[in-house]
Amino acid sequence: MIRFQNVYKRYPQGLEALADINFSIDQGSLTLLKGHSGAGKSTLLKLIAAVEKPTAGTVLVNGENVGALKRAAIPWLRRNIGLVFQDQKLLFDRNAFANVMLPLAIAGFPPAEADRRVHAALDKVGLLDKARVMPVALSGGEQQRLAIARAVVGRPSLLLADEPTAHLDEGNAREVARLFHEFQQVGVTVVIATHNEELYMPYATGRISLAHGRMEAGA
Amino acid sequence: MNRWLIQQRAAFALALQRLTSTPVTSLLAALSIGVALSLPAAGQLLLASLQQLGQGSAATPQLSVFMALDADDKAGDKVAAQLKSHPGIAEVQFVSRTATQKRLREAGLAQVIDSLPKNPFPDTFIVNPRDTSPEALESLRSELAGLPRVEHVQLDSAWAKRLAVLLNLGRTLVWLLAALLAIGLVALIFNTIGLQVLTKREEIEVSRLLGATDTYIGRPFYYFGALQGFLGGLVACAIVYAGFALLQERVAELAELYRMGFSLRQMRAGEMLAVLGLASALGWLGAALSVRQHLRGH
Repeated sequence: MIRFQNVYKRYPQGLEALADINFSIDQGSLTLLKGHSGAGKSTLLKLIAAVEKPTAGTVLVNGENVGALKRAAIPWLRRNIGLVFQDQKLLFDRNAFANVMLPLAIAGFPPAEADRRVHAALDKVGLLDKARVMPVALSGGEQQRLAIARAVVGRPSLLLADEPTAHLDEGNAREVARLFHEFQQVGVTVVIATHNEELYMPYATGRISLAHGRMEAGA
Repeated sequence: MNRWLIQQRAAFALALQRLTSTPVTSLLAALSIGVALSLPAAGQLLLASLQQLGQGSAATPQLSVFMALDADDKAGDKVAAQLKSHPGIAEVQFVSRTATQKRLREAGLAQVIDSLPKNPFPDTFIVNPRDTSPEALESLRSELAGLPRVEHVQLDSAWAKRLAVLLNLGRTLVWLLAALLAIGLVALIFNTIGLQVLTKREEIEVSRLLGATDTYIGRPFYYFGALQGFLGGLVACAIVYAGFALLQERVAELAELYRMGFSLRQMRAGEMLAVLGLASALGWLGAALSVRQHLRGH
């Protein structure tokens, strides 16, 4: 599903974010990316989603070298990836329903089918009764669940999450961790960058540990 | 409905929503565009109206051969015979000095004519030449001017030619003005859309991460530009229509005084559609250039 071969990432200012990264992640697994702040976890996720390009090496997603993708091909890759961010990146000028609808609108789903999917996604994360609520009126945990609903509504085969529980209390964090496990169980490949390894311990099928941009242990 | 159509409809609805969410700004932009477009539109229409004057004149050039005031009937007959037998002349029509005086008297100038001590008009021959090329006309004019007792020969199409040249000049000026204002319109929309792209930066970034293509992101802006152009076009049509409606009566009165076959005509449906289509296309172009420029930074 995902394969890194001798991957390096250096930023123009000379900062080496990743060096000599090699691992592979199987379809349907739940992999934890561990490491301190600045270890390179977010950069690694960005390389998978083609938000960044590797300075050297190969990043393969479903057999495709995403580092070599042309600009026009990147959107099609991302439509098959669900992204969950630490800061959620919700749009605060529209309600919960419209936020979850966005990936389907981008993909051009027929309205009836899109409606059905949005309802199902909101139901899955327990926010169906808050479909018409604006994000600003939701709690931190609800906002994160809304972001997860948006990430999975297009039924991606790969779900990438960057510190999804960083700002949540324990109860909400456990609820979010359980949701990721549920998606993994139905065949979605889940990669979570986290400080809180313990939270996902019961569900994780693999771990990648980073320190100062280098791998400490393989998946 | 296929995906392409669904996305077009959604983008159009979004553009319409953005336009109506800031009614004052949208209205002011439409007014600026409308005023700018109304100038070349009105100019074009004015030229089209003026063209009627030229079309009202003789289609083929004619020569008026004026006899000397003291020329007698015998001299007139002699000239008439020469004109009729001339190989370069297709047709000759004689207008006597009495007939001219009568026609002008009927045209409302009786008082003026009666105040004159004697008939001031000469006998005249209206000549239709066979060859209407400028060289042939000039040659014929010189030749006829040399006939005995002929006082003056006038080429009647000269004023129509001058009008045609002036109309061509006017048309060029209108096109120049239109081109300049079109560039201004594109720049205005470019700027408006540029500001919108900046305010929607967050939405654009999120959409990109969710798999939006540049075309998807740009589409609502294109529609916005086209809609703003369309509204500007509507304002321009309204300004020209109202302006011409106000002027029509006054111009008709003036033309009547000078006995000119001239009237201002209103915009036709096809012309209105052309203004609306052009304004929309320019709006779309401004938006497309702006999106292309501003999305580069994302």
